[in-house]
Amino acid sequence: MTAHVPPRSTAETTLVRQFEALKAHADPPRRAAFERFAAQGLPTRRVESWHYTDLRAALADAAPLAPSPARATIEAARALLAGHEKSGAARLVSVNGKFAPDLSDALPAGAAIASRERRDSGAEDAMASLVEAMAPDSLTVDIVAGAELAGPIEIVHLAVGEGAYALYSWIEIALGAGASATIFETFLGAGSGVQRQAATRLRLGRSAKLKHAASIGDAPELHLESQLVELEAEAELNAFGLVSGGALTRRQIFAKLGGEGAKIALSGLTLLDGTRRADTTLQVVHAAPRGVSREFYRAIVADDAAGVFQGKVVVAPGAQKTDGAMKSQAVLLSPQAQMNAKPELEIFADDVVCGHGATVASIDPEQIFYLQARGIPKEEAEAMLLEAFGAEAINRVEDEALAEGLRARLAVWLAGRSRTAAKEARA
Amino acid sequence: MAAVQETVDRVRSIDVDAYKYGFVSAIESDMAPKGLNEDIVRFISAKKEEPEWLLAWRLEAYRRWLTIDEPKWARVDYPPIDFQDLYYFAAPKTAAGPKSLDEVDPELLRTYEKLGIPLVEQEILAGVERPRVAVDAVFDSVSVATTFKAELGKAGVIFCSFSEAVHNHPDLVRRYLGTVVPATDNFYATLNSAVFSDGSFVYVPPGVRCPMELSTYFRINEKNTGQFERTLIIADKGSYVSYLEGCTAPKRDENQLHAAVVELVTLDDAEIKYSTVQNWYPGDAEGRGGIYNFVTKRGDCRGARSKISWTQVETGSAITWKYPSCILRGEASRGEFYSIAISNGRQQVDSGTKMIHLGRNTTSRIISKGVSAGKSQNTYRGQVSAHRLATGARNFTNCDSLLIGSECGAHTVPYIEAKNASAVIEHEATTSKVSEDQLFYCQQRGLSPEEATALIVNGFVRDVLQQLPMEFAVEAQKLIAISLEGSVG
Repeated sequence: MTAHVPPRSTAETTLVRQFEALKAHADPPRRAAFERFAAQGLPTRRVESWHYTDLRAALADAAPLAPSPARATIEAARALLAGHEKSGAARLVSVNGKFAPDLSDALPAGAAIASRERRDSGAEDAMASLVEAMAPDSLTVDIVAGAELAGPIEIVHLAVGEGAYALYSWIEIALGAGASATIFETFLGAGSGVQRQAATRLRLGRSAKLKHAASIGDAPELHLESQLVELEAEAELNAFGLVSGGALTRRQIFAKLGGEGAKIALSGLTLLDGTRRADTTLQVVHAAPRGVSREFYRAIVADDAAGVFQGKVVVAPGAQKTDGAMKSQAVLLSPQAQMNAKPELEIFADDVVCGHGATVASIDPEQIFYLQARGIPKEEAEAMLLEAFGAEAINRVEDEALAEGLRARLAVWLAGRSRTAAKEARA
Repeated sequence: MAAVQETVDRVRSIDVDAYKYGFVSAIESDMAPKGLNEDIVRFISAKKEEPEWLLAWRLEAYRRWLTIDEPKWARVDYPPIDFQDLYYFAAPKTAAGPKSLDEVDPELLRTYEKLGIPLVEQEILAGVERPRVAVDAVFDSVSVATTFKAELGKAGVIFCSFSEAVHNHPDLVRRYLGTVVPATDNFYATLNSAVFSDGSFVYVPPGVRCPMELSTYFRINEKNTGQFERTLIIADKGSYVSYLEGCTAPKRDENQLHAAVVELVTLDDAEIKYSTVQNWYPGDAEGRGGIYNFVTKRGDCRGARSKISWTQVETGSAITWKYPSCILRGEASRGEFYSIAISNGRQQVDSGTKMIHLGRNTTSRIISKGVSAGKSQNTYRGQVSAHRLATGARNFTNCDSLLIGSECGAHTVPYIEAKNASAVIEHEATTSKVSEDQLFYCQQRGLSPEEATALIVNGFVRDVLQQLPMEFAVEAQKLIAISLEGSVG
């Protein structure tokens, strides 16, 4: 393999300088993580998993790091939170990547914030490693074995600041054997100059069950989120992601079904307009027998926006009786809208049932016609069909209250779109 | 249950020796010195008495080749190839080029007879009229015989070896050569452009439906020889041609390189149907020997409503790296790709297609069936892209993989790129194993496990087999059974 090593880009040089200035050398796990990043650099199109998102080219420079939140920042955060409806029983808040105990609720019985020493996650991905190295904090939530949490926990990632800045947040959630929980992550407050990188590590012990959802509705320049998922035997994860904001968004999920009979259901909805770009990249590795995985992703792409879906299901040697199914569907609403999809199967065991499907199309004119024939105006008919299309993805969320909130977000986005469309029509 | 009986017969008729084309013919050859440099390129060109422009084209490709790296992205693994340790030209010795079939070395004719390819123009056999097929036989680096030339000539169809075309139809060659697969396209295509030795040339004039199937048969005989043939098929306005390609090679312990280029051009309303049964020597069970099949095949639907259809049955080769593609430029043009790729032993297959939709209302269809057995790796890699101006583009892709045994791998890597909202692209893929229930059902009815597997696999690949011309379909079915031998148990 002749590795192509391009000279360091401006952003890479800045990142090296920023890391040196953090004085995190004394912390071997962070040092190791940064070295893993530096060895790979910012990914380009030459890296297969970044085939459709050239981060190196997109990131002209790394913005200055957000300073550690001072009292004024915390107060600003409190004001921001006041306008945000609480969607869980307990809320944890992180401001610019730093856990803010003053703004957070006490966790329900069975869950606790652990103050473990940081340990190297060993994440192979360059960008997850960068977050691990740069994040000022590592919020760790432990859910004890056998606990069934009374209500959902919401983790709010707040971005507070002026102009351009970069923030990194690293979160670890560990469920003991047989525990069950619902966790909702919301990203809030980022404006157009913000480069946000987040990583959440989800570790589920034997027979643990987690329902997880993440929502990105603010407008950062960059939102790069990695989920590192490890499932032990019989563990079950149901995770959903809604992307309705951000100039360049990439959600990447690396899941390993390490124990026999583990189940994972990943789903998501991406709403794209303007010149926004959104990328969803999954890698689900079945490393043990009898695993089940389901992936279901939908995207609505309008204007000059571009969407990417890359999903790879790997069945390792010996992972017999694996059952995997993946589906990616996109609707393009304008002639300039783009969608790139790459669903991949990599199978090294014979006794498996795996499949994937991908479609890209515009709204079916026959369906519009059907509704119009029943007296519904064209715009309304379109909105109804899009709402139904999006809702089918949201229906995969098992927590009804969460799903309700996500449907409301979809309705808001669609309403905003039809308002702009109406305005354009008048102009 | 006629189908079952048919399959049983088919399985019975298979030789004990799985690869029956592994013999070597004792034919003296005229060879270029080993290795590759500008002098070798000049030597090949001089041997073929080529015009100056073609030599210049080859030399430019050679110089370009020196500057590019081998592609590494495919899921195949092999030790580095020493390009200086190969012979780039080998031709059976003859006094002068044979003027007619009667002058062809009888040993050569016997070789082809053994391969089941008659080079004699049999008209009517035992009172039964058989479908006739015109054959261009390529032995190592040169074309040794082309049959039915006169009859094709009456219809205006030009079917000859590439070298003859360079002399007799230089304008056509010059106009189309390298316009579909440019000399700078990729590492192996560039190498081929520099050293290509022979191949077939077909030109079908406007409005002509080619009166018979055309076919080419490639045979590698010499040791340590690379085969680099180049095929160029042009279907002029409103014409139709069906072209078949077959290939075999002797059993040898060393790996041999085959880097061919195929270019197809269809003008308005024309259609080319290109079928391949690839049965190069796959190496032994331990992965020793076998052909490295690194091939660039591409069709250009230049004219409106033109159509190119690729059908391939891939059972041979140690490594296959091959992506027959269609550039759908003409309005309402159509591309099709039907593939069966079967791998066993330690074979590695990385194959698929590209459908590039450039024109309005272009359509494409991809049906790919991969079967992996033994310790083989079988990858489907495909790209479907609809460009800005491809309004109304439509694609349907279906790729299924079947796994036999627990040590093989089956992979699917499709790239789907839509830049036009009116494009409709559908892709589906499944991977499964031969179901125990199906095997049990067949065995209960008296089939051996191998017969049962062959029957199930034949059913699995039926969609593609139906696309093959009659004579090939029979051969292909036998091949499938052969390549799966030893995969059960």
